[in-house]
Amino acid sequence: MPEDRSPILELQGITKAFGGVEALRGVDFTLRPGEIHGLVGENGAGKSTLMKIIAGVHPEFSGRFLLDGHETRFRSTRDARAAGIAMVHQELSVAPDLSVAENVFLGNQPTNRFGLVQWRRMAREAGDQLARFGIDVDPAMRLGDLPIGLQQLIEIARVLFSGARIIILDEPTSALSPPEVERLFSTLRRLRDEGTAIIFISHFIEDILRVSDTVTVFRNGRKVTDTAAAATSKAELIEAMIGKGREALEETYTHDIALPARSERPVVLGVDQVSLPRGLQDVSFDVRAGEVLGVYGFMGCGQLELSRILFGKLWPGQGTLRLAGALQSFANTADARRAGIAFVPESRRAMLFHQEPIYKNISVSILDRISSLLLKPARERSIAARQVEQLQIRPAAVELDLGMLSGGNQQKVALAKWLTYPPRLLVLCEPTRGMDVGAKNDVIQIVRDLRDKGLAIIVMSTEPETVLSLADRIIVLKRGAVVREFAGEAISKDRLLEAA
Amino acid sequence: MSGESVTVSTPDHKRPHRLARLLRSQMRNIAPFLTLILLSGFFAVASPSFATIDNLGNILTQVSVTGIIAVGLTFVILCAEIDLSIASVANVTGIAVAYFSQQESYVNIANVPLAGWAAILLALALCALLGLVNAFGLTVIGIPSFIMTLAMMQIAAGISALLVRGPIAYKVPSLISTLGSGSVSGIPWIVIVAAIMLLAGHLVLTYTRFGRYVYMVGGNREAAEFSGLNVNLILGSVMVIAAVCAGIGGMLGVAHFGSAQQNEFDTYLLDSIAAVVVGGTSLFGGRGGIGNTIVGLFVLGVLNNGLDHVNIDSFLKILIRGLILLAALVINVYAQRLRARAVD
Repeated sequence: MPEDRSPILELQGITKAFGGVEALRGVDFTLRPGEIHGLVGENGAGKSTLMKIIAGVHPEFSGRFLLDGHETRFRSTRDARAAGIAMVHQELSVAPDLSVAENVFLGNQPTNRFGLVQWRRMAREAGDQLARFGIDVDPAMRLGDLPIGLQQLIEIARVLFSGARIIILDEPTSALSPPEVERLFSTLRRLRDEGTAIIFISHFIEDILRVSDTVTVFRNGRKVTDTAAAATSKAELIEAMIGKGREALEETYTHDIALPARSERPVVLGVDQVSLPRGLQDVSFDVRAGEVLGVYGFMGCGQLELSRILFGKLWPGQGTLRLAGALQSFANTADARRAGIAFVPESRRAMLFHQEPIYKNISVSILDRISSLLLKPARERSIAARQVEQLQIRPAAVELDLGMLSGGNQQKVALAKWLTYPPRLLVLCEPTRGMDVGAKNDVIQIVRDLRDKGLAIIVMSTEPETVLSLADRIIVLKRGAVVREFAGEAISKDRLLEAA
Repeated sequence: MSGESVTVSTPDHKRPHRLARLLRSQMRNIAPFLTLILLSGFFAVASPSFATIDNLGNILTQVSVTGIIAVGLTFVILCAEIDLSIASVANVTGIAVAYFSQQESYVNIANVPLAGWAAILLALALCALLGLVNAFGLTVIGIPSFIMTLAMMQIAAGISALLVRGPIAYKVPSLISTLGSGSVSGIPWIVIVAAIMLLAGHLVLTYTRFGRYVYMVGGNREAAEFSGLNVNLILGSVMVIAAVCAGIGGMLGVAHFGSAQQNEFDTYLLDSIAAVVVGGTSLFGGRGGIGNTIVGLFVLGVLNNGLDHVNIDSFLKILIRGLILLAALVINVYAQRLRARAVD
């Protein structure tokens, strides 16, 4: 039994702050050889920060770090690797143009005594390792030619067979199909039985419960509980993750929220059977005037692709889009904008011009409506000034470079640029991410006002609070498909999480 | 046991002094101008023949062809793209306009003489077409402009070679020869044309919707796309503009030099890129403009002309020009960083 063995890794009172904000507060964490240790918690709960400390990404922290009972400090990821700690990060980090074998041995190629790569040995060993993992591919194939799930498995294989004693897997299953997940789990169990310590982070709580021996729950930078996986349940874990709503000042949406009855107003956007290879499967829904549709799902669920399809940046493999009943096929984003769609992407880098003044940021999408050949800067400034006042953007100086504004105010500018001429449909991705409470509430209020004026709005987010605070109706995306719709009923955060 | 609690204090980032901030953000405009003043001052002291009205006229004439070509290139670089085919396109357009003109009987060339206006129109159509091919490769196929225009450089050179097949042509339509080598009340027409084109480029970039889009696409292409701008249309347009400007520069250049032949414009590629970049237009796009290009043209013009006045090893000249370009690149990249820091 794992409990009998002495810990391979022991963290005591780990505290880590970024620019005054504490991401971890006095966390204790124990990992034993031969155990699979599941970690759950919401975005920003501190899981990833803790893992990055273990993997040497963050060398600065306070608290004690004991490896094999000896106090240790990693100065870099190299130190961590040398100590036998390996991590698979959330984002795929493979070299698509290299062969499968080269990827398996990335940075670790077998060489002879002259320092030359032993290609044949590398191909043979890569093939053997992947076969042990149940993957049957030609090691000479270009990795990028394989499906995403297989690429992810190969990246995982690289780490699993690197000989590491401690393996950290951050969201390894998001791009995997159910049989692939099964294969991963059986390999993890085998490695565990051979004595490897494995930390497994996932939003999919069923996965955590199925594969882990121990589960630790994080909330707001603290460890809430750790327990044997066999002794807990999904409902219990979700409750531990989101708390009872007493600790934080913010709304935590643990209680029921009544969604309004389904709107009877005209359909603005109709999405029918939209599919994208390796991205979306038969996604159908509609959005009506004067309602906010929330699209919720974990990272990698297909939200990103769906939002790009709505704004003409990606083209669906199959399926149709209709705006007010009329079939649409956008050649580019300019087409989508002219059809009356407004789009605010999830990253502020991707939606604003940081080195340009506020007024140019606000006018960029309406220049063809306020001017023909020649610009009308005075008109642009007065429109911008009106938007700045209405949305209370601070500082209220339209000549100021956008980069001087705070994140919340930048988000308001991103909204403002679409509001001079009301669009037919507003698509917002992560509209309140990374904002303080005040700015968040401002944005929520702005979106509600727009809805009350009759706009059709889609809010996409991987944060349940964002969707719950804004949406009148919610659809849940999971692995590219709509798995659940909530309309006209009571909903709470744990039920939303449970559906995803 | 438990770690001592850390109190992390974020030091209030002191706002730099307003003047320092302005200097930082304007570095890309100030540095080229200072360079120009320093170079002019140096040559004025070093050579009595440099700082004269006559020589100013020389410098203006010497930079005119580069200036015409650099107008279009400024648009391209503002979009964070590059066009390496401009010199070749200039050359082939110049050759084309001669190819469609009646040559003297001693020129051994199998050409197609047409009326002057037809020759000019065909030559313009040719450079616009080559620009369209660049635009197509960049936007529709998705070839990086660096590679696409490298291929076009070779293609245009190939067309030039096929048209002249060795000999040199001398005659061009009278309109072209007037604009290229004539003058009006002492001012060469080519200087006037260059000035008009630079002014037109400046007006388009500053006062038109298209000009604003160029800056927006160059400043942040992703944001431009997510703002619903037709990024490909704008990128394609600047490639055509660059080719047409190069073509006009090529036609007038042929008249200016008095002959149309293979490889006549080879030095103009580096010169026009240098003029734009030395002037301070950002290689990362979105910053700079025709004003910068004009300063850059004068820096290059003063340098080339001045080095002739101070009696210097002509081989050393090439090296000095290379070093000046390197210095400009360093300042260009550094200015971008300073600016980013001043804003963020």
